[in-house]
Amino acid sequence: MGFENKKIDVSGLAKSFGDVTAVESVTFDVREGELFGFLGPNGAGKTTTINMLTGLARPDAGTIHIAGIDCSRNPKAAQHLMGVVPDESNLYPELTGYENLCFCGALYGMRQRKRKERAHELLESFGLSQAADRKFGGYSKGMKRKLTIAAGIIHRPPILFLDEPTTGIDVASARQIRQMIAGLNTAGTTILLTTHYIEEAERLCGRIAFIVEGRIVRTDSVADLMGETQGRHVVEFGVSSSAESLCDVIREAFPALECVTVTSTVLRVESHEPVRIGPLVRLMEDHGEEVSEARKIRPSLEDVFVHVTGIEARLMKQEREKTGKGGGA
Amino acid sequence: MNKWITFWSILFKDMRTYYLKPPNISWGLLFPLVWIAMFFVRSGLGLESLSTLLPGLVALSILFGTTSVLSVTVTFEKKGRSFERLLLAPISLEVLMLAKTAGAILFGVVNAFVPLLLGAFLTDLSDVNWAVLTPAVILIAISSTFLGLFIAVSVKEVFEAQTFSNFFRFPMIFLCGLFFPIEKLPVFLRPLSYVLPLTYGTDILHGAIRGAATIPYGLSLAALAAFCAALFAASLRNIQRKWIE
Repeated sequence: MGFENKKIDVSGLAKSFGDVTAVESVTFDVREGELFGFLGPNGAGKTTTINMLTGLARPDAGTIHIAGIDCSRNPKAAQHLMGVVPDESNLYPELTGYENLCFCGALYGMRQRKRKERAHELLESFGLSQAADRKFGGYSKGMKRKLTIAAGIIHRPPILFLDEPTTGIDVASARQIRQMIAGLNTAGTTILLTTHYIEEAERLCGRIAFIVEGRIVRTDSVADLMGETQGRHVVEFGVSSSAESLCDVIREAFPALECVTVTSTVLRVESHEPVRIGPLVRLMEDHGEEVSEARKIRPSLEDVFVHVTGIEARLMKQEREKTGKGGGA
Repeated sequence: MNKWITFWSILFKDMRTYYLKPPNISWGLLFPLVWIAMFFVRSGLGLESLSTLLPGLVALSILFGTTSVLSVTVTFEKKGRSFERLLLAPISLEVLMLAKTAGAILFGVVNAFVPLLLGAFLTDLSDVNWAVLTPAVILIAISSTFLGLFIAVSVKEVFEAQTFSNFFRFPMIFLCGLFFPIEKLPVFLRPLSYVLPLTYGTDILHGAIRGAATIPYGLSLAALAAFCAALFAASLRNIQRKWIE
């Protein structure tokens, strides 16, 4: 059947809500033991895809195989193999952290002694033992997130779906959660991670799919994607104003350079040859601009993402911060 | 996987977090008691007439106890997304929803026996046909609970659940023969009475408590069972259609 080594195999997945197409012709696979990233801006279709894979939404078209089990018609068939961490912490606020974990273990049929042992073990490893007997409703955002992840893995699932695991939490908690995710993957858990944090995807994932407006525009290994940045030279300039018009001037004076505006006061110059900063600064100053900063940038996955999707990565972050869910990477 | 572990855990959690909370107990029991007391005072009848009011008290205790809590808690969990955890559990939707409603059914049954217990101190209940009353109470509790479930899966907000519950409950109280015999209702309203589950439940209760049933027991019990099946099936269909989009 060709599902060997593929824990998740998705083909031609489509989903619309009324006239709005959420996901269209999505095809990808996740191999056993892999940490696969789904990277895209808000509304790209990441959560809808996860919902379809986990049985919380019904696809309009396409096939889903989880561990070789056809879940297209019977989404419940493989739920015992999955752990799901949703984009919002959705445990029971009136139960304590310990009770929440025990309850989630029971949802997967774990016997009382086993789920109690596992709950204690997870509370310990997630650094939540002190808060075990406090109600979940009183937890901080970071603690809620950690407990939600713990609840997702209480039954030791071989496949884990993580939807924006570090969104909206402080940097220290996000860092800790990323370490936990890496640890789970090292221990053999196959993970599908959605994120809008490019740095997070770059650090954690082996392969990444870029998803934009419901379509996967590129799937590749991080190593191959990063290979595209080899030999690229990038310099960012901070200017007093009108970065856009300065870009036009630079393109005209130096046709071999690529110039894009990052914000209204930051522009980025890229080239296959080393960028000479001096002539560029002089050119901008000749046009009455004050250059406050010029720094060489190490080409990153962000550059590949911007190149492939045409979406400015910082806009993704700003968009998320506008909705009050900033933080993370 | 042992689905019974899941079933009992959901039931136990709901009993602890919802049904055994004092506000729910008071709402489920006090409201019908006050309602009946109002009728008692208004009619000016003595304690000897308690048996005529007892069927209504039992039916209202079940109806309000089950629908008010279940419709609100399910809507609340759906809104807070904790219901998604249940939908992700590897058990069938049927077992899941039976677990979710079992607490309300038990709550309704317990509620029904509270007025009966009180009645036992105030009037003679030696003529009560318990063999008929017990299955009737259970079926009224199940049908009322499934009505609450149907309401919960038809709305999005908690306040809508309350409003929608009353949309069903209050007309049902007046049309099901609890306080006014159906024969005394205007002719055009009478057919409506027979499409309400509580009509059949009330009739059995009147029969079991004071021997005044107008419909054969078997027919009423069958009608209640049919309402239970129809409401549960309609609720599951709505969950599939609306919540697993």
